[in-house]
Amino acid sequence: MRSILPVLVVLAAIVALWYAGSVWLNSQWTYDQAARAEVEVSLAEVLADTMVQERPVLPAPHQVAAGLWEGLFGQKITSKRSLVYHGWVTLSATLVGFAIGTGLGILLAVGIVHNRAMDMSVMPWAIASQTIPILAIAPMVIVVLASVGVTGLLPKAVISAYLSFFPVVVGMVKGLRSPDGMQLDLLRTYNASPMATLWKLRLPASMPFLFASLKVSMAASLVGAIVGELPAGATAGLGARLLSGSYYGQTIQIWAALFAAAILAAGLVVVIGGIEKATLKRMGMGR
Amino acid sequence: MIWLWGAILFWLAAWAFNAWAATRPFARTRVGRLAIPALFGVTLLVLWEGIVRGLQVPGVILPAPSVIWDTIAASVPTLWTDFVQTILKGGLSGYVIGCGSAVLTAIAIDRSPFLQRGLLPVGNFVAALPIVGIAPILVMWFGFDWQSKAAVVVVMVFFPVLVNTVAGLAATDRMQRDLMATYSASYWQTLMKLRLPAAMPFIFNGLKIATTLALIGAIVAEFFGSPIKGMGFRISTAVGQLALDMVWAEIAVAALAGSAFYGLVALIEKGVTFWHPSQRARS
Repeated sequence: MRSILPVLVVLAAIVALWYAGSVWLNSQWTYDQAARAEVEVSLAEVLADTMVQERPVLPAPHQVAAGLWEGLFGQKITSKRSLVYHGWVTLSATLVGFAIGTGLGILLAVGIVHNRAMDMSVMPWAIASQTIPILAIAPMVIVVLASVGVTGLLPKAVISAYLSFFPVVVGMVKGLRSPDGMQLDLLRTYNASPMATLWKLRLPASMPFLFASLKVSMAASLVGAIVGELPAGATAGLGARLLSGSYYGQTIQIWAALFAAAILAAGLVVVIGGIEKATLKRMGMGR
Repeated sequence: MIWLWGAILFWLAAWAFNAWAATRPFARTRVGRLAIPALFGVTLLVLWEGIVRGLQVPGVILPAPSVIWDTIAASVPTLWTDFVQTILKGGLSGYVIGCGSAVLTAIAIDRSPFLQRGLLPVGNFVAALPIVGIAPILVMWFGFDWQSKAAVVVVMVFFPVLVNTVAGLAATDRMQRDLMATYSASYWQTLMKLRLPAAMPFIFNGLKIATTLALIGAIVAEFFGSPIKGMGFRISTAVGQLALDMVWAEIAVAALAGSAFYGLVALIEKGVTFWHPSQRARS
């Protein structure tokens, strides 16, 4: 708890820097306007103007906060301008993709741990695939699936699933292998079947690893869903909000969407952290 | 149909071979370690080719590997310009600036426990955010050319490297630092001779994570506007024209570049942290 004060100080410093930056970056426009109107502006006027511009280069924090508030609570949640609506579109794709990716990832990890041929053939590729910028194929997945008639939620979910898949595989393989020789030998003396070993020893032992990789893959699948909304055609979702904002120069809209995405990501990770804490506590591994 | 059955037959045969070979002593040799995954990769390609040819999948849905290879061979100059624009100019320069400034920042805040306690939670939090979203803003600020892509990469790689470096600088234990103190080593001597070398495994961990992030940042930032070259630009326009063989060619280049980049960093790591148990165990 003693780290609350430092965190607050750092956050305050960031906000202060942000204000300074928005004054610095936005003042150019104010001076240009004043020169065009051939009026002299005082420093105080410039400062006041940089805080309330319609399309600032860098919106001041309170403008972003107002935009975020307006988007979250100022509309009906079914409205096309509501960030809750867009956030829900993104969130549903994220969650579906996350569920698919994690499920498949755990299954593959179980296969890898139990089958030596699979381990030797698949594992190097699973590791190598993490070095590949997979996100780059997102637009293609969208277009290809649209051309075979699959549109809406599923294409984005496929991208999310793909991104969340490999962290889970790698983490779970590590986790399922974490029981040491003594423990495995004990189960062998009990004449336990591989299935029983999996359920009673390997899966429980892998829980800390699973949650660590779930956090990574949750963040990854949110990024996947957002990037999946970037290609032309998407009209709803936080990614589409970002893109339309960048087309029309609506900087406040971009920042508000960005912060909505950040809040969403933080919320999801916190939820997983809570489940992790509860689970590990029940299992006696909690701190 | 002959293609499809041939591919499936090849798959079964290769799988049977791998299942057999994985239990032999051959699997423990260096050749075996490379050959078995390589065979699996080849099998995937053969299966892909067989399915596309056997089921007559149209090229706008999934081009066959041979078609993609023809495209790569035919458009080397285009791919090379895109590679230079995105990877070398956008990705690499951003990577160097971002990682360099992250390491320097970590060293700077290392002297102040107050700043560390404040910055670490914030850094950890930011590292989990979808930072890619900042791309449209930076593209607006820095223009369409590679500078904006480099800026996106800087922001993306900064926090993972920062967090890892701070953790690494804390990795020396009291005994080691006391030893340096008994030598009456100055702060800088302790930093250069003990703490930075001890932090290297952590720093390289961050650097390796950052390689992938750098490529993702550079490519995705191009979706928000770019000059008429670059891998992200080529991918988004080729998707629009349904020229999927070109998209796959770019993806192949990106995959190759990503693995090579990662491999290079891993190789440097091997040279720098040769003393670390994780490196010694392998040889």
